Amino acid sequence: MEAIEKIKELASQAVPGAKVEIVNSAPAAAQPALLVDREQVFAVARFFKEDPRFAMDFCSCVTGVDYPKVDQVEVVYHLYSIALKHGPIVLKVRAPRELDQCRVPSLTPLWRGCEFQEREAYDLYGVKFDGHPDLRRILMWDEFKDHPMRKDYAPPMDYDWEPTPHDDTLQRAMATEGVVPPTAIVEAEKAKKK
Amino acid sequence: MIQPLTEPAENRYTLTPGPEGLIETQTLEVSIGPQHPSTHGVFRMDCVLDGETVVQLKPVMGYLHRNHEQLAEKMAWLGSMPYTDRLDYFNSMTNNWAYALAVEKLAGIKVPERAEYIRVIVAELTRLLNHVCAIGFLLQDLGAWGTPLLYAFREREKILDLFEAVSGSRMMCNYMRFGGVRVDLDDKMLTAAKEITGRFPKFLDEFEKLLTNNEVLLARCQRVGILPKELAINASISGPMTRASGVEYDIRKVDKYGLYGRFDFRIPLGDVGDVYDRYYIRVLEMRESVKILQQALRDIPQGPHLAPEVKLRNFKVPTGDGYGRIEAPKGELGFYLVSDESGKQPYRYHVRPPSFINLTILEDMCLGHKVADVIIILGSVDIVLGEVDR
Repeated sequence: MEAIEKIKELASQAVPGAKVEIVNSAPAAAQPALLVDREQVFAVARFFKEDPRFAMDFCSCVTGVDYPKVDQVEVVYHLYSIALKHGPIVLKVRAPRELDQCRVPSLTPLWRGCEFQEREAYDLYGVKFDGHPDLRRILMWDEFKDHPMRKDYAPPMDYDWEPTPHDDTLQRAMATEGVVPPTAIVEAEKAKKK
Repeated sequence: MIQPLTEPAENRYTLTPGPEGLIETQTLEVSIGPQHPSTHGVFRMDCVLDGETVVQLKPVMGYLHRNHEQLAEKMAWLGSMPYTDRLDYFNSMTNNWAYALAVEKLAGIKVPERAEYIRVIVAELTRLLNHVCAIGFLLQDLGAWGTPLLYAFREREKILDLFEAVSGSRMMCNYMRFGGVRVDLDDKMLTAAKEITGRFPKFLDEFEKLLTNNEVLLARCQRVGILPKELAINASISGPMTRASGVEYDIRKVDKYGLYGRFDFRIPLGDVGDVYDRYYIRVLEMRESVKILQQALRDIPQGPHLAPEVKLRNFKVPTGDGYGRIEAPKGELGFYLVSDESGKQPYRYHVRPPSFINLTILEDMCLGHKVADVIIILGSVDIVLGEVDR
């Protein structure tokens, strides 16, 4: 496969107006990536899939990475070619962290293999994939509110997550109006017997 | 004299003819799982059935989700090595290897030759034990209760005994380290490995004699759950699943990671892509694994089993990201790792689990088949829920 500079040049020629930028990986890994803007990532990905020089027919890995320092969430695609047995081309696309703006185009119409992986990225990072046929939570349950892989995620300190709250959690539970945790009932009964 | 029926019409049980003169029917929604022995763990399939035929199927997972990735992001690089054992708990050795490989790629660590040989040996033994179990469980799903599975487990036990001798644990081996393996294989263990390898083809012959041309197996498995080649590639299917559909792609051959470039072995390919092909591909792959094992056990050199320059404590990885992948028994197992300025722990740690992604096309394979076939189609995908849910 060609050098990354050449790949970048070909991609920017094929998709006019696409902002493609080379991002370096760890020096030893030598897997430099292409950071593409949100508007053009679908076209660039389609170019890599359909161009016979690349023939990237296998989208191996899709994942999100959270960068709160720059206020962005990144989605990373690793593309391989089974026909030509080369790869990977790493595509990266970034979106703002705010939940309502955190949208990138889905690549599921190009590669069916993205379907579950994009659902996972949505579930854990809150990235909404436009054009995904069935964007639901996949690992967490449907009623879950947050996106647990984000760096600022705080696990719930809620007493009702514990079947038998005690100590601090019990105190907090007792202080909450209208809720009687099971431990409190048991303790109240114990106190009554005494 | 028999009285004529005088029941009023509304009380009579009538069958209303549908549009084609047939009886009107309705579909039935059935939830298979999460507590069903054939789901190999806690996994649910929301099926819509028309009679016994599947018209819709949605996999539901996450019952075993423990946010493995987040746990790993909160500890040192080596800290999550034991946790990788718990991903695919049948194949802890290959999980270890995939993680070690990804970190070595990032940090630029070179692995000594003997360690590479040991890795190949334990990984191929893992492939043997995974495939015998996959076939044993498939037969269990077909209704052959017990016998084939116990035959498979008998062989698996021998390999697990060796793993216990090598690593101290049967299933949760925690054996690999960055730059090599934790303890060396001594001559006694190598002899044991040779013995297992030597006896394995005989066991396979016996297994095949009972199964490969078995009429029940043929009737149940052929032309069931066909996965076309194009879909297999497009849906990122990997491992024996994709090779059963005729896609010639084996990461051992393509990436030549470890020392796989040195060994002489072939990639078996299926042509139909049905459940039977997926069964038979595994048998053939085991025969190829035996070949690799024989070569590796013959050629293993003396030397260090761990790269001496790698620090176990205070291990740091340079800034950057990288993706390392291996051909695990179930498919492509990859780790995408990002290291930040501190370098002490992964900033991002992502597992690309083969069983999870191989489930993408479960619905496509099951549509139009009977509900009993769904069980064996799922069995032929060979999933492990520890890896699907992470």
